[in-house]
Amino acid sequence: MKKIKNMSDTNLLLTITIVIFVLMYVGAVIFQGKGFTKPQTFFNILNTNAALILLSCGLTLVMVIGSIDISVGGVTALVSMCCAVYLDKPESANPTPGNVFVSLLIALAIGVAFGLIQGYLIAYLDIQPFIVTLAGMFFARGMTTIVHTNPFNVVNEKFVALKNTRIIVPGMGSVNKKGVYVNAYVEIGVIVALLAVVLLFFVLKFTKLGRAFYAVGGNKQSALMLGINVKKTKFIAHLMCGVLAGIGGYVYFLHVGSGAATHAAGAEMNAIASSIIGGTMLTGGVGNIFGTLFGVLSLSTIQNIVASAGLDEAWWTGITIAAMLCLFLVIQSVVMARKAKALKKQ
Amino acid sequence: MANNNKKSSGFGSKLLHSQIMIPLAALILLIVFNFIADPGFFKISLGTNAAGNPVLSGYLITILDYGSELAILAIGMTLVTAASGGQDISVGATIAIAGSALLKVLCGNNTRPETLAAPIIVGFLVACVVGALCGAFNGILVAVFKIQPMVATLILYTAGRSIAAWINNNELPIVNDKTFGYFGSFFPGIPIPAPVFSALACMIVMFLVLKFTTLGIYTQAVGINGSSSRLNGLNPQFIKFLSFVILGLCVAVAALVKVSRLQTINYSVIAKDIEMDAILAVALGGNALGGGKFNMWASIIGAYVIQFLTTTLYKFQVSSDALSAYKAVVVIILVVSSAPMVREFVSQKARQISAKKEAV
Repeated sequence: MKKIKNMSDTNLLLTITIVIFVLMYVGAVIFQGKGFTKPQTFFNILNTNAALILLSCGLTLVMVIGSIDISVGGVTALVSMCCAVYLDKPESANPTPGNVFVSLLIALAIGVAFGLIQGYLIAYLDIQPFIVTLAGMFFARGMTTIVHTNPFNVVNEKFVALKNTRIIVPGMGSVNKKGVYVNAYVEIGVIVALLAVVLLFFVLKFTKLGRAFYAVGGNKQSALMLGINVKKTKFIAHLMCGVLAGIGGYVYFLHVGSGAATHAAGAEMNAIASSIIGGTMLTGGVGNIFGTLFGVLSLSTIQNIVASAGLDEAWWTGITIAAMLCLFLVIQSVVMARKAKALKKQ
Repeated sequence: MANNNKKSSGFGSKLLHSQIMIPLAALILLIVFNFIADPGFFKISLGTNAAGNPVLSGYLITILDYGSELAILAIGMTLVTAASGGQDISVGATIAIAGSALLKVLCGNNTRPETLAAPIIVGFLVACVVGALCGAFNGILVAVFKIQPMVATLILYTAGRSIAAWINNNELPIVNDKTFGYFGSFFPGIPIPAPVFSALACMIVMFLVLKFTTLGIYTQAVGINGSSSRLNGLNPQFIKFLSFVILGLCVAVAALVKVSRLQTINYSVIAKDIEMDAILAVALGGNALGGGKFNMWASIIGAYVIQFLTTTLYKFQVSSDALSAYKAVVVIILVVSSAPMVREFVSQKARQISAKKEAV
């Protein structure tokens, strides 16, 4: 019974998110006109935010179990720097270009390492997740500058070819100003991100592990009594978040094609904000991967609207995102309070 | 670390088991390390600065000086942590807001004023009001709407620096007034850095408040169990709200010091990542980040430990960008060694060893 009620919380918040996103996009089309009617505008939002989608998915997992991970932005920066240095070796006099496949393995290894260590400290040593991942963030950011200080663009041919690979979306193109038909495209990262979303959706919804996530986040004590290994579940969630951060880092790297210590600054907060807008609650037990996807889309659509509305003063982006976050949080809180009241009456 | 010595008794054991031991042990560790590495670290010399005032200089003075803002924030952050069981991650951004408001009042519409548009005290009071309002905003979200503190403060964290830039129209006012600069450097004739006095003042006020009012015990009660404190006649919502407002006032003082140091403001850089350090100070102080019992002094020592660590690392020519990696390692070591799991394990081992000895 409890599970069903929890699920309907999730669905309720998901519906709110989707409705608001659709309203916002329609509003943008009506008031901003032209740009937003082109499918490519939408695909560009996906292209720019593929990495953020992956990071937010990881955040959603740990938030569902009632934990937090603020190291993902740092891991992203570290992954792009390590991969960039491996691919180009800017320090050596006679650089041999690195293998693209190995660079992907490096990214995964970094993600797994962060996931393993942070997961172990949080789940088995019972240390506050905020502090552990804060240290993780500090460490990743610091290591990034130790690995290589100055930002640089990767010139590795194979990598650049991969970076510029465009997957054409049939039938979505548009005619540009010169009257030439231009195909709509997405980058490889978008495919990876969407695959991850679908995969995680099934894991959360239909596997024993996924149900255990919700159970642990909802109530640790009752999860324990159900025979769920709470520590192991927490550990796996953090490990998955680490792996997603590694993949997300590589997708980010694939999009920007450079290494820099300042990459993905504040990405952890954007990821948390996206998850919250998508209807995940930090208290645990409530959340949906599709909601997170829409959370990222809402966040970036707002940014696009602000940019195209000509409010180019930088502060508007921050203020609008914050206002939206505030709105969502208050809606969530009010909805939850009303539901709790209705439950009591029953 | 603190719990190993189960056998000793009396005052010594009480001290060993007390919470304040965690940051003190870290501090002693750092002091010993520095003493071995270079005793010159502790040298303090008296000189005169450009304005002809006597000033003390040395690494220890630097730590006291630059640890001030962190100590001030640690005071408020401890209360918020204890009452709400969460942390405020917007303090850096609200410092930018309060500092921006302060400069706006002092400079008026002119960004390079020859004379101040308003007395400093008025500017400071306005900064206090702004800080308290930011705190109240967070407080309402947390106390009334029951949003998790970290999430609620995420709003101001995102918007804060933008709002700060908006207050001054994205211009960077510069104050040339000498008196205003005193708060971030030295008062004429006093060789001790002025921020130390600001920190001391905050500590004394907090000490008096905790001593003569019931705030401390109420905060702990609310943090340990909100609903049972309500049944005991407390108003948990108000206590939580109040803790955020107090943090807002601490932020205003920190903003005064920060802005006065530079005589200007850089919206995107000022007090960057200070929220992380402030939370770290609370955690280093051995306070439960889940709320409940707290020890203000442990947090304050924790703040100075962080500054001590930072200064030590700078002394060993660690670049400011790489600093955070070393900091992270130290933090992990500290947190792991004070984790309940590890402590239990160590004390169990210690008991086994002593039991074996007795058997022999």
